[in-house]
Amino acid sequence: MRLTGAQMVCESLVREGTDIMFGLPGGAILPLYQTLPEYPQLRHILVRHEQNAGHAADGYARASGKVGVAVATSGPGATNLVTPLATAMMDSVPVVAITGQVPRAAIGRDAFQETDTTGITLPITKHNYLVMDTADIPRIMSEAFHIARTGRPGPVLIDLPRDVLTESADFDYPEQVDLPSYKPTMEGHGQMIKRAAQLIAESQRPLLLVGHGAIISGAFAEVREIAEKAQVPVITTLLGIGSFSGEHILSMGMPGMHGQAYNNWAIDRADLIIGVGMRFDDRVTGRLSAFAPNAKVIHIDIDPAEVGKNVRVTVPIVGDAKRVLHALAKQVEQVSRPEWIAEIDALRSEHPLGPGQGGGLRPQHVVRELCTVTDGRAIVVTGVGQHQMWAAQHYVFKEPGSWITSGGLGTMGFEVPAAMGAAFAQPNRQVWSIAGDGGFQMTMSELATIVEHNVPVKFAVLNNNNLGLVRQLQDLFYGGSRVASGYTGNPDFVKIAEAYGIWAKHVTDEPQVRSAIEEAAAVDGPAIIDFHVEPEENVYPHVPAGESVFEMIESPAGHEALSWLT
Amino acid sequence: MADISLNGHVHTITALVHDKPGVLARVAGLFSRRGFNISSLAVGHSETAGLSRMTFVVEGGDWVVEQVTKQLYKLIDVVRVTNISSESSVVREMALLKVKSNKDNRAEIMQIVDIFRAGIVDVGKDTVIVEVTGDEGKIDALIKLLQPFGVRETMRTGRIAMTRGGVAASTRQAAVPAAESAPDTEVVP
Repeated sequence: MRLTGAQMVCESLVREGTDIMFGLPGGAILPLYQTLPEYPQLRHILVRHEQNAGHAADGYARASGKVGVAVATSGPGATNLVTPLATAMMDSVPVVAITGQVPRAAIGRDAFQETDTTGITLPITKHNYLVMDTADIPRIMSEAFHIARTGRPGPVLIDLPRDVLTESADFDYPEQVDLPSYKPTMEGHGQMIKRAAQLIAESQRPLLLVGHGAIISGAFAEVREIAEKAQVPVITTLLGIGSFSGEHILSMGMPGMHGQAYNNWAIDRADLIIGVGMRFDDRVTGRLSAFAPNAKVIHIDIDPAEVGKNVRVTVPIVGDAKRVLHALAKQVEQVSRPEWIAEIDALRSEHPLGPGQGGGLRPQHVVRELCTVTDGRAIVVTGVGQHQMWAAQHYVFKEPGSWITSGGLGTMGFEVPAAMGAAFAQPNRQVWSIAGDGGFQMTMSELATIVEHNVPVKFAVLNNNNLGLVRQLQDLFYGGSRVASGYTGNPDFVKIAEAYGIWAKHVTDEPQVRSAIEEAAAVDGPAIIDFHVEPEENVYPHVPAGESVFEMIESPAGHEALSWLT
Repeated sequence: MADISLNGHVHTITALVHDKPGVLARVAGLFSRRGFNISSLAVGHSETAGLSRMTFVVEGGDWVVEQVTKQLYKLIDVVRVTNISSESSVVREMALLKVKSNKDNRAEIMQIVDIFRAGIVDVGKDTVIVEVTGDEGKIDALIKLLQPFGVRETMRTGRIAMTRGGVAASTRQAAVPAAESAPDTEVVP
């Protein structure tokens, strides 16, 4: 079959199961766009900014488990994909980005809208390709999707010079990917699994630390089986939230900088940490030398480079979380640990998560009400900052894979386009974007796209007219010097919504919260609630960056103890 | 839990890589963004068409070597990584040295060059080019002895290395296999 390069890209997308892509055209990628009418099965969503195409593809991928696809033109189109690619890389999300490039003869001559896209994206993609021969397109497309979705998933970029898209060649789609130097390890080492089971049996105070890898591999039943059988309390990392039902008696919530304080104390006392599909990130561990000082570590991860990268590991197991846990569950002995569970319960009651300081509308209250109204079953999407931490702390997820947040990179503005992408992936589920007023303003241009397709995303903007977490850091660690963190010119978000024809409402008092959420949920289409939350509200606990659990500030009363730091 | 130690010594690592555009940039980019310190890098074709072999000299402790190896393996174009510093191996570097010389001291230079089993590959009116092969120490020593005459220019290839014995690095078990290995004893407390 003889096809143009552009047709080859479309044929390949169809074969890889792509049904939707997010993009914005320009000159270099136009041959691909002009071919799209021949492929009605490929739905294209025209965004307002390429960054949002990337985040939408990311949100779509996380909500569907499929590969998300983003399209942009050369030069600025491609550079606008940098943030979403880095976001997807840090959070191991399968995204394929397709970018246009100037014609081959113009490469390297600083042509109009030319940029070294593969060079720029080299450290923020799992792999990338500059296609210099039309005949290579089928092989490269199949490799790209394979690399993006297998092993530790990640973004792959394919850069296509315009004349590569217009030239024709024989199209022969490879049935199998031939990448001898890329073979992710799926099964854990038998000997190591046996040792892990022994350590769990010998342990008195074990903890599971479950991360994104458990969600990616779908290891929900396996995590639960091991937790219940061996009576191991489950702490979920920021990206691991949802891998274990928040309602389960063994569910502990989040560790680390803004995790529930009792989790950090539990980690401090634990004699065994079982890390599953997580990477002992600095937000989890704080100062490494003080992290889990009494614990041996079993580390299960599909990426060998993560094992032993940050903490010393007693039993390393490289493999797919689901498969390793499945094998491990068979060997784990049924035990009861009444003393450890009692110790955990005591920690929980000694170090509870606070309800918020109050004064004005508490953002924590908004999240709790949202959780109640949606019965803990909505897909919740956030950006980064205070709103993200309150959502992580106070929304109790009943269903796996319902929590979508920019964890590793911490990308403001992620919450708008990623929620849109998630809503395209799960049209029958409620999608709530819990947004900050800062992040919302970074990407709210996508409201136009949301309106065009009547995407039923609901936005709960926790509006404190501040870059809240920056303001909090300034108050806690910079003597209250609030430099460049206050937003005095925020627009009226309800009027913004009106301009787009979106249902919207202001909420200023706690008694109005629930009915507003119910009203928004009932709207057939998008909705925005502008919650005017207490601007002085802080996220607690707060482990200062690079410090240990002993420096953790658990409540406003902990501030005085901080004088030595400032 | 103790911090993972970064101190250590010098390691020679070879990597068999697909000979594709950009592969050197990928490898070099990996080293710079992960903060690994390469003191030398040599690249050339391998015995297999389409594959090149790179030799790195990396400074750091066992943690660095383990991370370098594992991170290299994550690059799709990297086929095999071998740490050959702990094994019996032949290590060589080549250098070209342009040395100031005139007819009065040429014989003296030739004498030194002979002792090092090096050679003079070009003679000009007031310079000679010396070619020398050996480990870094030998080359450093020769340069030091030639310095009094005036070394105008030096060009060194960086270290290349090969393990002794019958098995080629490309078919041998890698030093830190990507995954299915028993744990590195260094990592177990």
